[in-house]
Amino acid sequence: MIKDDAIYGLMAEFGTPEELLEATKRTHEAGYRRIDAFSPFPIDGLSHAVGFHHTRLPLIVLCAGIIGGCSGFFLQYYAAVISFPLNIGGRPLDSWPAFVPITFELTILFAAAATVFGMLGLNGLPTPYHPVFNVPRFALASRDRFFLCIMSEDPKFELDATWKFMETLNAREVCEIDL
Amino acid sequence: MADEPVLGPGQTYASVTDKIASIVQTRRTPTWWIVGFGVTFAMVMMLMYALTYLFLSGVGIWGIQVPVAWGFAIVNFVWWIGIGHAGTLISAFLLLLRQKWRTSINRFAEAMTLFAVACAGMFPLVHMGRPWVGYWIFPYPDTMKLWPNFRSPLVWDAFAVSTYATVSLLFWYVGLVPDMATLRDRAIARPAKMIYGILAMGWRGSASHWHRHETASLLLAGLATPLVLSVHTIVSFDFAYGIVPGWHSTIFPPFFVAGAIYAGFAMVLTLAIPVRALFGLEDLITKKHLDNMGKVLLATGLIVGYGYIFEAFIAWYSVNKYERYMMINRAFGPYAYLYWLLILCNLVVPQFLWFRKVRSSVWGLFAVAMFVNLGMWLERFVIVIVSLSRDFMPSAWGLFHATRWDFAVLFGSIGLFLMLVFLFIRVLPMISIFEVRVLVSKEDQKAIEQ
Repeated sequence: MIKDDAIYGLMAEFGTPEELLEATKRTHEAGYRRIDAFSPFPIDGLSHAVGFHHTRLPLIVLCAGIIGGCSGFFLQYYAAVISFPLNIGGRPLDSWPAFVPITFELTILFAAAATVFGMLGLNGLPTPYHPVFNVPRFALASRDRFFLCIMSEDPKFELDATWKFMETLNAREVCEIDL
Repeated sequence: MADEPVLGPGQTYASVTDKIASIVQTRRTPTWWIVGFGVTFAMVMMLMYALTYLFLSGVGIWGIQVPVAWGFAIVNFVWWIGIGHAGTLISAFLLLLRQKWRTSINRFAEAMTLFAVACAGMFPLVHMGRPWVGYWIFPYPDTMKLWPNFRSPLVWDAFAVSTYATVSLLFWYVGLVPDMATLRDRAIARPAKMIYGILAMGWRGSASHWHRHETASLLLAGLATPLVLSVHTIVSFDFAYGIVPGWHSTIFPPFFVAGAIYAGFAMVLTLAIPVRALFGLEDLITKKHLDNMGKVLLATGLIVGYGYIFEAFIAWYSVNKYERYMMINRAFGPYAYLYWLLILCNLVVPQFLWFRKVRSSVWGLFAVAMFVNLGMWLERFVIVIVSLSRDFMPSAWGLFHATRWDFAVLFGSIGLFLMLVFLFIRVLPMISIFEVRVLVSKEDQKAIEQ
């Protein structure tokens, strides 16, 4: 009797995006929840099929943009009004129209930085090691093959039953993922 | 031409991957690449020599003198920044408009943007009399409690160009990560595997990761598009905020932005046409791409031409003697030959793009693009130098005569740009592999439905 938690999970390989999408949907319908699908390009509906519905990234970017804008404006306001006010022909110190370009640029800068680092952070990248790379043919996931993985930490996972289920998915090959 | 495909027939995920990645990994380095890299490297050495002499002796080695205190350096700065804008437009704006034809040129165009901004960025620094205190333009807490003048377009420029460079780099890198994974998995030599592996950050193509990646790309595109508009608008404010006749004009922001896209697309064509022929990429950068780029070139050329015509009209209509003289000086003054060459390059030659025969001929497009490259540089020259040489007071008039060091720095910067392009095409995939795979999958789906 092989212990189920000695492996990361089971991997099935497919030849087309349609096969992967179909298989992922059936796996989700069968009650598996800790699943992941891998492809060399984004496939419509696939993230939905693995159970991923909502990303917090846009909210993070919006907050960062607002912080950037406020920072930019406050920097200029502080310099012109509080720190070193200069009387230039009696013109107003808090000349907000003149402060707009830098405020705008810093909004974009902070928002863009949050987009990139937020995306990487939410994705958990950089990931120096991941068990799926132990599957030799997984190198083709970045080329022209499509993979579906059911993780052993899924409550419904049971090595023999899950293996038999995956064999019904019309995959080219099913194999174990070593930890 | 409306239903000409954006992808050559019979491509598979594997074939497009190999076609693009093999240029970096498996194919022998072509001799023309070695020669090209060598020549451009020599030009970069010339640039280094010229800049060293500049730092040692000062800006007097250039032809600038009062009243023309801004010479080639600022002309080059605006020219390079303008060229950069097309890359961002192709990556960002065309993504928002869901234009499929952007796919095989956007990686390449965005790289071009980065290199153009790098070339542009050195000019505001080196053109200063005291470049060693160039950092004063940024706000930092200092012991004298001094701040830069936040109300000045020159300080806005510092923020705008820095933001533009950073955002372009981030946008480009985000798009590169999945392709770095492809190269990592394809690499055989251990150093290559490690370097591409580090750059790929462990990307494995997970569905949720792709979802966030696509979201991030759309967000960045939405941020980068107004950024492009704002950056060249702020650059135009360098001139429009001044009272000099020929500078103080409200048409400058849209005029400069259109001109930037014009110059940039001309440079994209200048690079894409040889590269696609030399690497055999006609199935990926098709005639449709060239046709579309030709149309964008024509459209922006018409906007720029409108700007020229209306500048002249408003100068007359305003009854302002200084405005009127500014136009007369441009057309008949000491630099008149450059003004008319400008009109030829930017207004006359691009009209050939109305003809499909020209747009579908690679040589025709290449020739028009070269004329536009020159024309846009001349436009900056006419705006900066000709306007400064003769403004309000005839007693203050003076001419600018370029020296060999002006040309050395200009051609040196072109060499730097081209050297970076050569490096890029050798070590990184110049076409976005995963995005082309999406095109292949859409073609496959269409074939299944038929």
